[in-house]
Amino acid sequence: MEKPFNNRAWFMVLPVFIIVAFSAILPLMTVVNYSVQDTFGNNQFFWNGIGWFKELLDLSSELGGRFIDAMFRNFLFSFLILLIEIPLGIAVALAMPRQGWAVSVSLVLLALPLLIPWNVVGTIWQVFGRTDIGLLGWGLTSLGIDYNYVSGVLAAWITIIIMDVWHWTSLVVLLCYAGLRSIPDAFYQAARIDGASRWAIFCAIQLPKMSRVLVIAVLLRFMDSFMIYTEPFVVTGGGPGNATTFISIDLVKIALGQFDLGKAAALSLVYNLIILTVCWVFYTVMTHYESKDGRARP
Amino acid sequence: MTSIILENLAHAYRPNPSSPADYALKQATQIWESGGAYALLGPSGCGKTTLLNIISGLVIPSQGRVLFDGKDVTHLPTEQRNIAQVFQFPVIYDTMTVRENLAFPLRNRRVPEPQITARVAEIAALLDLTADLDYKAKGLTADSKQKISLGRGLVRPDVAAILFDEPLTVIDPHLKWELRSKLKEIHRKLDVTMIYVTHDQTEALTFADKVVVMSDGEVVQTGTPEELFERPAHTFVGHFIGSPGMNILPCTVSGTNAIVDGHTIALDAAYTPPAGARIELGIRPDFVHLAPHGTGLPVTIERIDDLGRHRIARVLLDGRKMAVTVPDSLSISGDQASITMLAHRIGIFADGHRLNPAAKEA
Repeated sequence: MEKPFNNRAWFMVLPVFIIVAFSAILPLMTVVNYSVQDTFGNNQFFWNGIGWFKELLDLSSELGGRFIDAMFRNFLFSFLILLIEIPLGIAVALAMPRQGWAVSVSLVLLALPLLIPWNVVGTIWQVFGRTDIGLLGWGLTSLGIDYNYVSGVLAAWITIIIMDVWHWTSLVVLLCYAGLRSIPDAFYQAARIDGASRWAIFCAIQLPKMSRVLVIAVLLRFMDSFMIYTEPFVVTGGGPGNATTFISIDLVKIALGQFDLGKAAALSLVYNLIILTVCWVFYTVMTHYESKDGRARP
Repeated sequence: MTSIILENLAHAYRPNPSSPADYALKQATQIWESGGAYALLGPSGCGKTTLLNIISGLVIPSQGRVLFDGKDVTHLPTEQRNIAQVFQFPVIYDTMTVRENLAFPLRNRRVPEPQITARVAEIAALLDLTADLDYKAKGLTADSKQKISLGRGLVRPDVAAILFDEPLTVIDPHLKWELRSKLKEIHRKLDVTMIYVTHDQTEALTFADKVVVMSDGEVVQTGTPEELFERPAHTFVGHFIGSPGMNILPCTVSGTNAIVDGHTIALDAAYTPPAGARIELGIRPDFVHLAPHGTGLPVTIERIDDLGRHRIARVLLDGRKMAVTVPDSLSISGDQASITMLAHRIGIFADGHRLNPAAKEA
C-alpha cells in the first residue's frame, strides 16, 4: 500500500506530549528547581547550588543522618517482605487447585486484599492491632504476650510486615499461578515417566518456567515496598520514635511538616534515583542471565 | 522387549457411559508383539492418543486390562512401567544441559554416577548428540530437543517400550525424514517395542512394521503397510490409506458379478452378501485403468493430474467420482473414455467391512 508521507502528522503526537509535559516533566522539573534553592516562605527563593545534595550525602549532618537511617529501614523492609512474600507466594500458587470451581473461588479470595485501598489497609491493621479494641492486639495481650505497636519497635515492625504480606502476597501468588498454568501437561507427564520426585519437578520444571514472572513479581514488590508510605503512616505514623519512618514518610515530614522544600526536593530526587538504579541493575542482571541461559549453539 | 496385550480394553472420559458414542475407545483386545514397530494411525479424535496414554499409564482405562509380558500393569503408575514417551512438543528441562537432561531419569532412580556417565555417552552417540552434550538444552533446535526427549527414554537400560505421540509435528519438513530414519535405525539397533501415534499415513507406513488403523474409537485394521494397501479390511482403511484413496462404489452383488448403476463388473469370486447390508465395491486407483472410449465402462473425464511418476485421471462414472490410473502409452482426446478394473483387486464390502468370497467362507 502506498503510504502518504507528511511531517505534519507529528502534530498528532502533540496532545500526548502536552499531557506528559504537565503530568510528569513540569512537576519533575519543579522539583529539580526546588532542589537547588532555599526558601523562607512567601514564594521567595535563594540559590543554593548543590548544597542540599551535599548535606544529604553528608552522614554527619542532621539531614544526612536522617536520610541514611530511613534508607536503611527501607532496604530492610523491602528485603524482609520479599523474603517472605516470594517463597510464600510460590508455595500458595503450587497449592492452588488447577481446575474446577475451586479455581474461581481461590482467585477471588486472593484478589480481595489487592482491591483494598492502601489507607483502608492501614486502618484495618491499625484497629486490628490495638490492644484495647483490636482482635489481634487484644488477643495477644490477653495471652500474656507483650505486643503494642505504639510503643514496641519490634511489634511495630512485625505489624507492618505482616500487613504488607497480607496485602501483597496475593500479587505474587497470581503471577506465579499464571506462570504455572502456562506449563503444558506433557512436562508433568514426561517428568513422571522420568521418575522425578515432587522436589525434582519443582526444580526442573516449575521454577524455571516461573522465573520470568518471578522477575516481574520481585521488581513490582521491590518498587512498591520501597515507596511504601500510606500504611505505616496510618498504623504507626513512623513511630515509635523513628522506628518505622521510611524515606517517603520523612520526605513528607520535611516537605509539608517543616516546609523545607529544597531539602525535600533533593531527597526525593535521590530517592527516585535509588529506585531507578536498583531496578535497572536487577533487570539487567536477570535479562543477561536469561540470554546467557538461552544461547544457541555456535 | 515387552509384548503388550490390551485385554477387552475400553475407555470413556465421562463417568457412566451408556451408549457406544460415550466411549473414546470402544472395547477391543489388541496383542502387540515384543520388539515390533507399531504405528497407530487415524484422524484426529479417533482415540489413538487415549490408547497411547492408557499404555503409558497416564490414563486408567474404564474397563479391561493392560498386560506387559503377561503382567497386569493396568493400575501401575507411569514411573513403574518401564516405558518412555516422546510427546508432540519437545519436553526438555530448560535449565539443564543436554547431558543433565539425559542423566535426569537415571539420577531420579539413584543409579551410580559412573554408570550414568557411561550410559549418557552411549545414548548421546547413538542419537548424534555428543557434540551438544555441554550446551543448554534450551538453545537447541526442535529436532534436537525431540532427540533429547527420546534419549531420556532410551537412557534407561530397562526401558521396554517407547511411545511416540505425533513426535514430528513441530519438526521442519526437511528434518522429518532424517529424524524418522533415525528412529528406524534405533529400533533396529535396540530391539525395543515402539508405538508411534500419527495422523500422517506416510509417517506411519514408512515407520512401522505393523500399522494399527483407528477410526472413531475402534481399531479397524492391524496389518503391514502392504496388507493395508492391498486388502483393506474396512472402507475407512481403503479411503484413509493411499493417495488418492480407494474408489468406493455402491453396488449389488449376484454371484460373481457386481452391478454398479446398471453396469455389470466381473469379480474373481462369488460373494454372498448378508441381506439388508449396504454393499459397496472398492478398488484402488492403481488397479483401475483408463482406456479409449468403448472398451469398458463408459466414463467422463473431469481432469488429469500429473503426479510425476504416473498420471491420475479424475473421472465420473454415471455421476460418481472416481480416481483412475492413466496408462503411460494412452493418449485420450475429448472427455469420453472407458475404464477397466483388475477383477482380483476388487474388494466387496458389507456395511463397511470387507467380505470374504463365498467359496472360501464355506
